[in-house]
This record gives sequence, structure tokens and C-alpha cells, in this order.
Amino acid sequence: MLEKALQGSPKYWGWLAFLGLIIAAGGGVYMTQLQDGLQITGMNRDVSWGFYIAQFTYLVGVAASGVMVVLPYYFHHYKKYKKMVIMGEFMAIGAVVMCLGFIVVDIGQPQRMLNVMLHPTPNSILFWDMVVLNGYLFLNVIVGWMSLQSERTRIDPPKWLKYVIYTSIVWAFSIHTVTAFLYQGLPARHYWLTAILAARFLASAFCSGPAILLLVIMLVQKLTKFNPGEDAYKTLAKTITYAMCVNVFFFLLEVFTAAYSSIPGHMHSIAYLFVGSHGHTGMVPWMWSAAFMAILSLCLLIPPALRDNMKLLPWSLAILVAATWIDKGLGLLIGGFTPNMFEGVTEYWPTGKELMVSLAVYATGALVLTLLFKVATGIREETDNL
Amino acid sequence: MKQSRRNFLKFVGISALGLGLAKVAGVEAAGGGGHGPVMEPPHDALHAKRWGMVIDTRKLNTAEAIAPLAEACHSVHNVPTIAAPREMKWLWAESFDGSFTEMENDRLNDEIEHRKFALLCNHCQNPPCVRVCPTKATFKRADGITMMDMHRCIGCRYCMAACPYGARSFNFGDPQKFVAKPNPEYPMRMRGVVEKCTFCSERLEAGKQPACVEASQGAMLFGDLEDKNSPVRKALRENFTIRRKPSLGTQPSVYYII
Repeated sequence: MLEKALQGSPKYWGWLAFLGLIIAAGGGVYMTQLQDGLQITGMNRDVSWGFYIAQFTYLVGVAASGVMVVLPYYFHHYKKYKKMVIMGEFMAIGAVVMCLGFIVVDIGQPQRMLNVMLHPTPNSILFWDMVVLNGYLFLNVIVGWMSLQSERTRIDPPKWLKYVIYTSIVWAFSIHTVTAFLYQGLPARHYWLTAILAARFLASAFCSGPAILLLVIMLVQKLTKFNPGEDAYKTLAKTITYAMCVNVFFFLLEVFTAAYSSIPGHMHSIAYLFVGSHGHTGMVPWMWSAAFMAILSLCLLIPPALRDNMKLLPWSLAILVAATWIDKGLGLLIGGFTPNMFEGVTEYWPTGKELMVSLAVYATGALVLTLLFKVATGIREETDNL
Repeated sequence: MKQSRRNFLKFVGISALGLGLAKVAGVEAAGGGGHGPVMEPPHDALHAKRWGMVIDTRKLNTAEAIAPLAEACHSVHNVPTIAAPREMKWLWAESFDGSFTEMENDRLNDEIEHRKFALLCNHCQNPPCVRVCPTKATFKRADGITMMDMHRCIGCRYCMAACPYGARSFNFGDPQKFVAKPNPEYPMRMRGVVEKCTFCSERLEAGKQPACVEASQGAMLFGDLEDKNSPVRKALRENFTIRRKPSLGTQPSVYYII
């Protein structure tokens, strides 16, 4: 089936070349990171994880979110997702590839990375995160590839595949739960030390991930004859809307608990993010933009007339993605490390080099996604099933 | 056919059992785990069930007094001198509010308000850093020391996120350029690994007290917390002491006399 990825228009090849260029440029910067160490980033003794790990966290959510299409299709036989399911599975593969990429670029001694497997440590959540992420990648490769193959040959897939699919659905929840556990089990990080963090992660994943999926599918629909059907769009937009409501609600629960209890430790991170602390206000404009965009996206998604307007929908989704990205791709990490362990504030901001390496990881994910979607649309074209 | 299959399975089973037994026997011979040969410590090494420290902040309470202790520690361990916010430190001075964040007091006694406290790794009995490390590069020794294997560390910095005491530093770059006078007796780290105070495990093995304790002129006491007759237990019996962030349940092994 891979041969489908080798035939394409000049536009397709141009896109691949463009991604290749970004990967090469970012790869070059990564070489300097290997040489000089993580000092090329903005990270420091107090904010010891930064943009890389934040992107990792955000993308685990994107990977898990494929389940919002897969679950209704397989558990509830919602046939209108028939064409979209494979896209959800393939996007999960692309997202997990990016997750692994962000972990690799964040590690100080990547050549020792296999120590995680050579000295398996079940008391470390990072060990389990490695297990669930690789497992999820494996499950989605099997499920995606075999379903597509059976479509092509018009032979039903083997019966056991069904059980692999069921496993992958439950597994999707596990990857984001375990990723939340990375944070929420740390004793002195108040912003993370909250039982609702895993639930917040899932809620934000299940709105932002499908939103990205829909945006990508809209693009694919423009470029090829692929059409998942308007009903599929509308249903998934509904899922996104509900998940975003829950996401905002969960965040407000955090704000209430911190503000009403008035316990300094609980308030400090949130105060730093939204009003600044000790004169450090770097995050304030970002967080208020996120809050504004979150509300705006809900205003554009909750009324059915606006949500079902296919001209407006991509904009609403883009606003939602921006809001959730700032919350999880910036605020979560920086807020968690602020204040530091001595109640002081050290500000962090990613450097150009850090962003360049991150861009290369994103481009790698886009490349994987492009190739997989090309295969999927190619097979569908061949079987007249676009 | 059936017979040979059964024999084959028997063979596999017995071999697996044999391998397992060999492993268990090997572990016992090596004295409870680990890899490779275990060297006997020298005879004059200091031993304890749980090493601990008592810092008398009535005697040691200024940045000027703590600086030479930090210098003694950092020079013997090749800790590089790098500017904040990427500074490397195993021992340093901090204010009361910064050290004992849970004991915030807006009407603190003038003298204590101006005291500085010597901070270092607490060698917790229940260390979050050890709990999170994905490679066992940081681990708990039988004598209570929370130890680092800087050759196994992959530099994921999970321990830095987990440590409630900010005791860990990361080599963002190559440390060598920032060590003025390298001590050839102690290994130099490479970029990309985390490091911290080790209670001078290498000096204990040679029968010496930790470098900071030696330089402190009696303001820092070091000894076995499990031994009723040790100087640290005596100091703890006779003085009011506090520990950093006790509500987290980490059980620090460093106590401060106020």
C-alpha cells in the first residue's frame, strides 16, 4: 500500500520537499544542541522542563483524541464516521511520532535513552508513559493498516482485529491519564498536584484533538475528492463543543478551589499566570488571550446555527485550538514550575533555536501524517470510495 | 513426534529454572544485587544505618559563613561556577522564607528574619526523586544516602521536577570550562546529566567527614540517626529543630537547630 505515497502531483512533492527542508534545518539546530547541550534552550534550574515537554503533553492529547471518532464507530456502530475513522487512527500515529520526538530532543543524554528499557523502573511514571505511548503507536499501526488493507482487498479483516481495536480504545484514555500522572503525583508542584488534572487533560484533548483532525480533514477535502460527509462533521463538532465546555468547567473548578480556599500555594501559580508575581508578567497576555479565545470558541460552537455553518466552523475550531494550546502548551508547564521551590519566580521563554527544533519535530509529524493520508486517500480512490 | 516435543519442553523448562537459580545465587553472592563485582569498602570507612545532619543555625547563619562551606563542597566535587538561572549548586545559602516555605510568618523575630540557612540535598527517607527516576540513576543506599549515578542518568530532569527542595542542578552545557581548579580525585561530569549533594559518600568511604561538615567548625553535625549515642542524636535530643517542608512526608535527614 505504501506505493500510494510514491505517486502524487507536483504540489504533493513540493509539500514533502518543504517539510523535508524544515526537518533538515531543525535537524541542523538539533546538532548544535547535541554539541552544546540544552543551554541553547531557555530552560533553567527552576523551569527545568519547557517548550519541548509542553508540546509532548499537548500532542499526547491529540494522539488520544482519535478515540472520539473510533469509539462511536466501533462501540456504537455510528456508520457516518466510516470514512473518518482511518483518519483518526492515522492522526494518532503522527501525533505519537511527534510525542516521541519531543521526548528525544528534551533528553540531556539521548544516546543513553535505552537505559529506560535496560533498567526498567516500574515506580517511575515516565517508564509507564514510555510503555503506553509505544503500545498505542503499535496498536494504531496495526489497526489502521489492517483496516485499510481489508478495504482495498474487500475481504473482511480477521476477527481478532476487533479485540485489538477495543484495546486501542481503552488504551487511548490510558495514554493521557498516565501523562497527567507524570505531573499530578509530584509533591511540591501545587499547580499540578490536583486529582482533576488527568480529567482536565482528557477534556482538553477531546476538544483540541478532534478540532485539529477536522481542520486537517477539511484541508484534505480541498485537495482531494475525499468527503467524509457533512453529518460526520456536524457530529464531531458537537463532541468538540461538549468536550470544550467540560474543559473550561474543569479549569474553573481549579480557579474556585484556589481562590475560595485562599491557600497561597494553590493560588500562587494561577496568580502568576493571570496577574503576574513579583513583577514578572510574561505569561499574563497569553493566558488572558487563551481565556478570551476559549470563551469566544464556545460562543461560536454552542449555538447550532453557528456550529453547523461550514464556512465559520474552521475559524471556530482554529480559535479553540489556539486557546487550548496556550493553556496546555505554555501555561501548564510554566505555571507548574512557578513559583520555584523557594517561593521565587524565574521566568522562562523558549529561544529561537528551541522553537526551530520544535518546528522540525512538528514537520516530522506532518510528514508522517501526509504520507499516511496519501496512502488512505489513494486506496479510497482506487476502490472508488472517497 | 509427541515424545520429542515433550522432551523439548522439559529441556526448556529445566534450562529456564536453572538460569533463574543461577541468577538468584549470583545476586546473593554479590551481596544483595547490583551489577558486576562489588568491591569491599576500605576498613577505615565510616558506616551508619541512616546518615543524617544537624545544622546549628545559631552558629551558622550568614551568607559569608556559608560561602566557604559551599566552596569546600564545590571545589572537591568539581561543581562548576555558572551564573543564575542555570547555576550549579550542591550547597548554598537561602533566607528563612525561602528555606521553610510552609512557616511563613509576617512578624518573624528580627534576628531569624536576617539569618541565612545552609541548604543541601535532604537525603529524604522517602525521596520523590528516587520514586520518579526512570532508570534508577538516582537511588537510595542502605545507609540512607540518596545517591546519583551520573553515568546512567539520561538527563530527563524528572527528578528536578519532583524534588521539593530545589536540591538538583542540571548540566545545561559542558561543565569543564566552569571548573577553575579541577580536583583529579573526583570525576568531572559531562553535559546533559543531573547532579546534587551525595553527603560526600567518597569521603565517608575514606573515613572522613563530609567536606562542608569539616569546614563548618562544629556548626554542622554529621552522624547516624539510628544510633542513640551519635552526636546528631544528642543534638536532636537537646535542641529544638525543624526540617524543610515536613508536610510532604519526605522525611528529610537534614535538621536545623533554630
